[in-house]
Amino acid sequence: MSEKVLMKGNEAIAEAAIKAGCMHYFGYPITPQTEIAAYMAKRMPKIGGTFLQAESEVSAINMVYGVASAGYRVMTSSSSPGVSLKQEGISYIAGADLPALIVNVQRGGPGLGGIQPSQSDYFQATKGGGHGDYHLIVLAPASVQEMADLTVKAFDLADKYRMPAMLLADGTMGQMMEPVEIPEVEARAVDHSWAVRGTNCEREHNIVNSLYLKPEILEQTNFERFERYRQIEENECMYESFMMEDAEYCVVAFGIAARVSKNAVVAARKAGIKVGLIRPITLWPFPKKALAKAAQKVKGFLSVELSMGQMIEDVRLAIDCKKPVQLCNRTGGMIVTPEEVLSSIEKLAKENA
Amino acid sequence: MTTQILIAGFGGQGVLFAGKCLAYEGLFENKQVSWLPSYGPEMRGGTANCSVILSDDPVGSPIVSNPDVLLAMNLPSLDKYEAATVPGGKIVVDSTLIDRKVERTDLQAYYIPATKLAASLGTPTLANMIMLGKMIKETGVVDFDNATEAMKKVVSAKRADLLEANIKALKTGFDYEG
Amino acid sequence: MVVFEKPKSLTDTPLHYCPGCTHGIIHRLVAEAIDELGIEGKTIGVAPVGCAVMAYDYFACDMVEAAHGRAPAVATGLKRCMPENIIFTYQGDGDLASIGMAETVHAATRNENITIIFVNNAIYGMTGGQMAPTSLPGQVTQTSPYGRDVSVAGYPIKVSEMLSTLDAPQYIERVAVNNVKNVKNAKKAILKAFKNQVEGKGFSLIEVVSSCPTNWGMSPSQALQWVEEKMIPYYPLGVYKDKDAKGKED
Repeated sequence: MSEKVLMKGNEAIAEAAIKAGCMHYFGYPITPQTEIAAYMAKRMPKIGGTFLQAESEVSAINMVYGVASAGYRVMTSSSSPGVSLKQEGISYIAGADLPALIVNVQRGGPGLGGIQPSQSDYFQATKGGGHGDYHLIVLAPASVQEMADLTVKAFDLADKYRMPAMLLADGTMGQMMEPVEIPEVEARAVDHSWAVRGTNCEREHNIVNSLYLKPEILEQTNFERFERYRQIEENECMYESFMMEDAEYCVVAFGIAARVSKNAVVAARKAGIKVGLIRPITLWPFPKKALAKAAQKVKGFLSVELSMGQMIEDVRLAIDCKKPVQLCNRTGGMIVTPEEVLSSIEKLAKENA
Repeated sequence: MTTQILIAGFGGQGVLFAGKCLAYEGLFENKQVSWLPSYGPEMRGGTANCSVILSDDPVGSPIVSNPDVLLAMNLPSLDKYEAATVPGGKIVVDSTLIDRKVERTDLQAYYIPATKLAASLGTPTLANMIMLGKMIKETGVVDFDNATEAMKKVVSAKRADLLEANIKALKTGFDYEG
Repeated sequence: MVVFEKPKSLTDTPLHYCPGCTHGIIHRLVAEAIDELGIEGKTIGVAPVGCAVMAYDYFACDMVEAAHGRAPAVATGLKRCMPENIIFTYQGDGDLASIGMAETVHAATRNENITIIFVNNAIYGMTGGQMAPTSLPGQVTQTSPYGRDVSVAGYPIKVSEMLSTLDAPQYIERVAVNNVKNVKNAKKAILKAFKNQVEGKGFSLIEVVSSCPTNWGMSPSQALQWVEEKMIPYYPLGVYKDKDAKGKED
C-alpha cells in the first residue's frame, strides 16, 4: 500500500491516469483544471510519454482521437468552455467506438461564464453533448480519493465498452487537497485487434471511422451501440447511499453538492427529520433503480445542484414522478451552503409530512 | 471533533502555504483533513483565502463559511470574516497590518505583530508561519512537535535552509507572549 | 510480362471519383511511394472530409477517418504514440486551408514528423462546388455566382508560400498532375515527402494542383487546360522549402 499524501484533486487525476497506463495527454490551458496539464508536462517526458499543449481544444480532442484509434490509453482535460469545443471530437470518438478519457473540471456558464465551481454541464455530459445518438460513461467524483479512483475506473470502463468516458468534476474538486492514496493499477489484457497500428502486411486493413452513408447500416450500428449502452445501464451503475435505511426524505446530489448535502443531512437528523442521501457516482448510467426503490418508501426528494436544475429531470424520470421532487440550487459559481440545504430539507419535510 | 479554519490575507502572504502546512500537520496526526483555496485572479495580489478542516470524522463540505478559527492577515480579511466566525471561536490578528481590534465580544481574539516579528527574524515573508504558530498555541488543534515534523513534508528537501527558517518562525509565533 | 500493375497499397475497391478527376492519379502516386519504400505494413493514413472522404476504402494500409480539417491533429496523435509508424494525411483545400488551417499551421510549426498530401482544386467538390479558400479571384462557384469578389470574399490562400515562412517544416513543394511531366515531378515529390518521414526529418507537405471538371463545369481536357492557364500562374509550381537543399542553395 502506498502512503497517503496530500494532493490537489487535479493532480490526483493526473497521477492516477499515469498509474492506469495513460501515456498520452493533450490539452489546452484553462482555469480551473490547469494543474492537470502542468502535472502531465512535468511527468510525461520523464516516463517516455506524450505531453502536448495543443493549439486548441478542438485539436487536443482530435489528437486524443488519433491515439485512441491506435488503442492506447489517452486523455484530455479541460473546463466547461473548453469542453464545449471538444464536443465535435467526442462525437467522432463515440461514433468510431473508441475508448478515451475526457475530464471536465466544471466552471460557471454559459458563455465565458466564470471560473468558480459549477455543475451546469450535467446535460452536456449525460445527454450526449455533441451531435448524434450516443452516450458517454460519466463519473462524478466527490473527494480527491475518488478523483484518483474514478480516473482508473473510467479508463477500465472505456476499454471494456470501447467508448469515451468522462470524469465530471468541478472547480472545488479540482482545487481542493485531501489525503489520497494513489491506486496501484495492474495492467490488464485488452483486445486491440480493431486498432490501427499498421497491418504489418499480415491482415486486411483496419479502418477507424464513423461515416456510414447507407442509413440502414448507420441505424443498425446505432442499435448495436445502444444495446451495449443497455448492458452498461444494467451493470455499471454506481451510487452511495447515506442514512437511507429509515429515511422518509431523500436528498439526491453528486460531487461537491453531495459533500455539502451530507452536512445538511446530519444536521437535519439532529433536528429530528429522517432524511438520507443518494449520491450518484455514475451520472450516466444514472442510478435509476436505486431512486425508484427509494421512491417506494420516502415522501419526497430534494435535488441539490450547482446549476439551474438539470439532474432533477433525471430524478423525476427515475421515479416516474411518483413523489414530489424539489430543487435546492445555486449557480454561476456560487456554492450551496449546508444551511441552505438544511432549510430546503425542512421545507420539503413540512410540505410533505 | 471538527475544527474549521479560515486563513485569509493578500495574495503573496503565503496564505495557501500556511494552510497546506496545517493540513499536513493534521494528516500527520491521522486526522481527516481538507484544504481548499480560493483561486483565480485574486491569487496574484488580491485577497486570497483557504479553508482547512481538521476532523476526527470524514469531512463533508470542504468550504469553510463559518470558521471556528480565523487567521486574519490583513484588514479586508478581518472586515470580511469577523462576522462569520462562530460564537466562541478564535480570531488571530496580525497587528502589524491590522490597526483595529476585533469588535465581537462573544469570541476570543489574539493579536500578534506577525509581519514585524518576521522582519526582525530576517525572513519578512514568513509572517504566515508566525501566525500559524500562534494559532497552534492558542487552539491546540495540532501538537506543536508534530507541526515541525509535518513541516519537513511540505518544504522541499532541496530547500533545507527554508525548512529551518519556517520552523523558527513557527516557534516564534508559538512562543510569543503578548 | 507485366507492363502495368496496380500498386499493392491500393485496394480493389473501385474509386467513386468523377470522370476526369485527378484524385485517382494522386492516390496512385501515394500508393506507389508507399510500395517503393516498403512501408505498407506500418503506414497509417488519415482521410479527410471532402471528396476523398472514402480514401479509407482505397488505401490498403490501416486508415482513420478524421473530422473535417482535423487530420493533422489526428495524425499528430497517431505519430506521437507510434513514432516508428508512417503517418500521412490526404486533404483537400477546404479541409486543410479553411476549417483545418490551425491544425495545419501548428503541425507544420511543430515539424511534426508526418506527410501531408494537400489536393488543391480550388473548389469544394463533395458538397457540389462552393467557393474554396483557394478559389481564384473571379472564379464562379455556387457560393460566388458572380465570380469571387476579393473585396467581399478575400483573396485565395497560397498554402505552400505561407507555410514556407515558418522555421520548422522540413519540406514543402507544390506540384501538379495536369500532364505527364508534372505527374512525374509530383511522384518524385510525394516519394521524397514519405522518405523524409522514414528518415525522421519532420513535416513534409506536397500541394498538388488538381482539377475538378464536374464542379468547374468543364470537360476533363478543358479542366487540365484551365489548370495550366489559370491555376499554375496563380500557384507557381516548385520547391518552397527544403531544409536538405538549403546548403546547396546558399
